[in-house]
Amino acid sequence: MTTSLLIVQILNGLQLGILLFLVAAGLTLVFGVMDFINLAHGVQYMLGAYLAVTFVGLTGSFGLGLALALAAALVIGLALEFLVFRHLYERDHLDQVLATFGLILLLNQGVKIVWGAAPLSVPVPAFLSGSVQLMDGILYPVYRFALIGAGLGVGGLLWFIVEKTRTGMLLRAGASNAAMVSALGVDIRQLFMIVFAFGTMLAGFAGAMAAPILSVEPGMGDTVLILAFVVIVVGGIGSIRGAFVGALIVGLVDTLGRSFMNDLLRLFMSAPSARATGAALSSMLIYLVMAIVLFVRPEGLLPSKGRT
Amino acid sequence: MSTAGAIAETPAVATPLPKRRPVIALVLFVLLALIPVATALGLPSHWLSLVTRAMIFAIAALSLDLILGVGGLVSFGHAAFIGIGAYVTGIMITEGRPEALLALPLILVACAVFAAVTGAVSLRTRGVAFIMITLAFGQMGFFLAQALSAYGGDDGLTLAERSTVLGFDVFANRTRFFYIVLAALAGCYALVSIIVASRFGRVLRASRENATRVTVTGYDVGRVRLIAYVISGMIAGLSGFFLANQTEFVSPAFMSWQRSGELIFMVVLGGTGSLHGAVIGALAYLFTEEILSGLGEYWRGIFGTYLLFGFDLRIAAEHWKAIFGPLIVLFVLFTRGGIVGIISKLGRRHD
Amino acid sequence: MTEPVLVLDGVQKSFGALKVTDGVSLAVAPGELHALIGPNGAGKTTLVHQISGMLRPDTGTVRFRGHDITTLSPEKRARAGLARTFQITSTIASLSVLENVALSVQARAAHPLALFRNAARDERLNGPAWAAIEAVGLAERAHVPAGRLSHGEKRALEIAMALTLEPAAILLDEPLAGVGREEGERLISLLKSLKGRYAMLLVEHDMEAVFALADKVSVLVYGRVIASGDPAVVRADPAVREAYLGEEG
Repeated sequence: MTTSLLIVQILNGLQLGILLFLVAAGLTLVFGVMDFINLAHGVQYMLGAYLAVTFVGLTGSFGLGLALALAAALVIGLALEFLVFRHLYERDHLDQVLATFGLILLLNQGVKIVWGAAPLSVPVPAFLSGSVQLMDGILYPVYRFALIGAGLGVGGLLWFIVEKTRTGMLLRAGASNAAMVSALGVDIRQLFMIVFAFGTMLAGFAGAMAAPILSVEPGMGDTVLILAFVVIVVGGIGSIRGAFVGALIVGLVDTLGRSFMNDLLRLFMSAPSARATGAALSSMLIYLVMAIVLFVRPEGLLPSKGRT
Repeated sequence: MSTAGAIAETPAVATPLPKRRPVIALVLFVLLALIPVATALGLPSHWLSLVTRAMIFAIAALSLDLILGVGGLVSFGHAAFIGIGAYVTGIMITEGRPEALLALPLILVACAVFAAVTGAVSLRTRGVAFIMITLAFGQMGFFLAQALSAYGGDDGLTLAERSTVLGFDVFANRTRFFYIVLAALAGCYALVSIIVASRFGRVLRASRENATRVTVTGYDVGRVRLIAYVISGMIAGLSGFFLANQTEFVSPAFMSWQRSGELIFMVVLGGTGSLHGAVIGALAYLFTEEILSGLGEYWRGIFGTYLLFGFDLRIAAEHWKAIFGPLIVLFVLFTRGGIVGIISKLGRRHD
Repeated sequence: MTEPVLVLDGVQKSFGALKVTDGVSLAVAPGELHALIGPNGAGKTTLVHQISGMLRPDTGTVRFRGHDITTLSPEKRARAGLARTFQITSTIASLSVLENVALSVQARAAHPLALFRNAARDERLNGPAWAAIEAVGLAERAHVPAGRLSHGEKRALEIAMALTLEPAAILLDEPLAGVGREEGERLISLLKSLKGRYAMLLVEHDMEAVFALADKVSVLVYGRVIASGDPAVVRADPAVREAYLGEEG
């Protein structure tokens, strides 16, 4: 185990954390403001990636393709909201879980029909290709830095909107007390739609940004969705700050656990049993972290204020 | 106490039971028992294994109905218990210990421990958080199974033989296996029915509706739910044992989160909280899956062609999940009470 | 003088900057019906929540039958014999009246969570349940789901559930709120019939009822007890008249 490997893995962990934050931020707002559990959120991440494949391919430009993919993801998201989700807000969680589960089956299969089952990829844009030399012998791809930067930028923007604007004020109020917001005379339906559109865009953006470094394949959203759940539960439902902290914890713990658990266990046991135990333990690590956090603080690390 | 004493001579009025002891369940089990007869008389023989499989899932759906339908806890990690049951069975067989009387207690203990630990954490939360946490714990089981490289890892584990009982290979005969699974299903159904009607069951049902009231009446609602969660997990583990023995194969996919979602759908499809609804739901689910995924063959069997209005049904069969997904959405949006609810509504109209 | 059943000593509770309970001390003697009155927002329900354990006071103690129960969970308080009813009625809507009361009987029974013992046919539960149902006058409605009862009947059901806990004290949170005149009178006579047998803390808006029932009255305004004592004396207290009764007209 070397310092350089550690630095690279920390950067990888940050990058995973940032992606998770983008997905979890929208999801946590939807949970918090609407008390709506949307399993199809992960599918929107997947759609973002597939749409990026198509539009970057069509336009030949990463920036333009990204913009078009985002627009298309938004349109699809709003169509789903109109056709399905808005009929579920008043229903119980069980109905919401089932209906959005049905959508996952449809959309996972749908992308197979449209794009095929084989993994696809998006080329890294030319202006972001290449690597940066961090220190002696450590190279790190520019695109991954760009991804971290873009994620932090979006996170900052989100913080600004939620903390400093009127809409954000309503969002925060809604996350802690939806009845009060509607009592203020705000059109709750419209607020829901804004929140929802917001979440869809963020998930789509995460998917599109991840497309050049991950393989784009059916079901890719499911893994991210469940990790995002862990993030939200660890951070506290409805809390953007919680989602940020939770995402970084999950990203770092998962990445570092997978790369160093083996070495760590070698200190206590033989190589083969360390390898076997390490694989098992590192894949369970974030769930163990989640369990410990919940046991100590059932409402999460940074719960949104006033939530009961 | 004084009030009780003052009116002690109250006539002991017999308390009418809610008419839940359903004739439907009895009819259902009798019909199921006739399946092997029907296959002997010419029903395609793959029906035997299809119905066996459906009954195995019915055991799991039944156990889920205890916490989801009766207790009101939407657990999205139930497949993990099936997985634990299947993996314990598979690992024991692989290690040369196929004795069921050894595996079953081990499965029950493993499931009880897993349920107690994950339940203690997840039951500290409510609503959306509970759903997410159970989902995450279920996924933990999935990844753990993937990491078990000694037992097939990602590819799963093919079993060299089936479990034995006291050294006898009782599961080898398909018809006998069918009846054993049917007996297990009926036994679980009876067990869960008794629990639901018991003192414990009454508190669990009441907690679903009004936990505050149950708490100030002097019950520890968290403890009641945890006990139900543990019982439910143990029964689901039993279904995992049968599943491993039927497929002679165990894989991480047994505990995928989609599987947990399917189990929830089975319960809702049949009608939550009624128990026999969960059994009907599991049967209906597996038949629908069978029909959709075999769409082309069915159609050709009837009309001698794969084509319907010029559309090749084999494509639809390949992508049956794309049909199934919207069916789930439509079912949720437009029906209430599941199949059992529809049946009782029709029954009422009849009266 | 007998030892009081329920004693509150300097109970304080704040939500943020808002002091909802500001150093409340009061005592309820065995068999005494102690009424707690006060204008809306005085913190009456919050106080009941702290006594029943659904909220925890910031400082101060709650003593019940000589034991400090300040940090005890609500279910343990219930088992210790402290029963309550709710301002917004709280019953199990889909269960029948009989089952609701039997649920309460069961909590005090030997094996409250027995897994394999049928509950609905259990005469050890149904017997005492019937007795309580008759005592509150709901015998004819025993097999009706609680959700279909009238408002006053639900109140009576809640009282029956409280009685079967064999309580040493009952907290009644506005049992007459939202109940029509006729049903109200029936409830008042029900409470009268229970008087002397249980220590009761009655939170109520209906002044007529309070002065007809109470042995002792405390007045809560902005989380503080501004007067406490004999109903006639409290009624005459100028501070009370100004703070509360004056408002009523």
